[in-house]
Amino acid sequence: MITVAFDSGGAEAVRPWIELAKPTHPALIDAEHLVSELYEMVNVPMAVWIDETGRIVRPAEPSGSSDGFRQMDRKTFALAPEIMAEYGRRAQVYKDALRDWVRRGPASEFALSADEVSARTRVPSDADARAHASFALGRHLAQHGRAQEAQACFAEAVKLAPENWSIRRQALWFESPEAPGGPKFWSAVDALGARPYYRPVRMRGLDES
Amino acid sequence: MVTILSSNGTAEIDGASADSEGLWVPARELPRTGWELRPEGACRGDLCVPIPRGREREFVRGEASGRMFNLTALAELRAQPVARSERGDVYAIGEPGDQRASVLRGGEAPDFALPDLAGRTHRLSDYRGQKVFLVSWASW
Repeated sequence: MITVAFDSGGAEAVRPWIELAKPTHPALIDAEHLVSELYEMVNVPMAVWIDETGRIVRPAEPSGSSDGFRQMDRKTFALAPEIMAEYGRRAQVYKDALRDWVRRGPASEFALSADEVSARTRVPSDADARAHASFALGRHLAQHGRAQEAQACFAEAVKLAPENWSIRRQALWFESPEAPGGPKFWSAVDALGARPYYRPVRMRGLDES
Repeated sequence: MVTILSSNGTAEIDGASADSEGLWVPARELPRTGWELRPEGACRGDLCVPIPRGREREFVRGEASGRMFNLTALAELRAQPVARSERGDVYAIGEPGDQRASVLRGGEAPDFALPDLAGRTHRLSDYRGQKVFLVSWASW
C-alpha cells in the first residue's frame, strides 16, 4: 500500500494526520497533484491497483467511497445510522476484494483484463491538461502572495475540469485554509443535483451486481 | 525575469521576452526548462522534436550567445497546455493531454517520485515485484 496525499500545503499540512496514523507503508506527499494528473485520480479517496509487473489491473476508481456523505448534518457532521452502516458495508466489500486480489493475483475476479482496464480507464482530455496547467500557475501565484490572481487561475481550472474535485477542493483550501470544507464546498456539491460526487464503483457488491 | 513551471520544476529565466509570437528564452538558459537545442531539434532527454522545415524563424532567432528559442511555440507544436499570468511573468507549461492519455490506455502504471514526511524520495518503480495499492487522500 502506498498512500499519496494531494496536498499543496506539503508536509506541514499532512504531518498531523500521518503522525497520528503512524503508517508502516510509504505515505507520500504530492504537493503538485502529479499522481492525480498521471492517473486521472480526480478525487479522494480514489485508488489504482498495480500488479507485480507494473501493469494496472484496476484503473482509478473511488476506493469504496460513496455519496452518502451528502446527507450529512452540515453543522454536527452526523450521518444517519443506516448511512453509516452502508459506509461500513461498502468498505468491507472493497477491502475483501482487495484481499482477494492480493491472495489470488490474476485469478481474482477483481483483477481486470487488459482490455477491461483499457475500457474502464478515463483518460484526460485537452481541457483536463489545460486545467492542470492553470492549477499549477494558480498554486505558484498563491504561494507567492498573489492570492487574487491565483483564484482567477483556479476558477479557470475548475471551469475546464469541473469534475476534478482534487483541484476544486485544493483551490478552496488556498482560499480559506481553515475551512476548505465550508459553505462553498457544500454549494458545489449541491450544484451536482442528481449527478454523483463519487463515480460509481464497478465492483460486485458495490455499484454492480 | 520570467518564471517557467514545467515537469522539469521551476526555472527563473533572465533575458526572456514575450511578443505576439510567443515566449523567447535565451538558448543558453533553455536547459533549465529541461530542453536543449541540438542539430536534430529541441530535445529533452531521449525525446527530440524536429523544428518544422520552413518554420525555423518561428522557433529560433539571433546568433551565437544572442540566440533565442520560442518555448511557447514548441509547446504549441507539442499540444502542451500553457497558462500565463496576467502580468506575463509566470508561465505554466503542462504535458500534452493525449500523451497522458496514451500512457494510461497502454495499461502500464506511469512512474513517479514523491517524498514522504521525512523527505525521503520513493519511486513507484522501487516497488516493482510487489502488488501496489495506490490510494489518494488529502487533509482538506
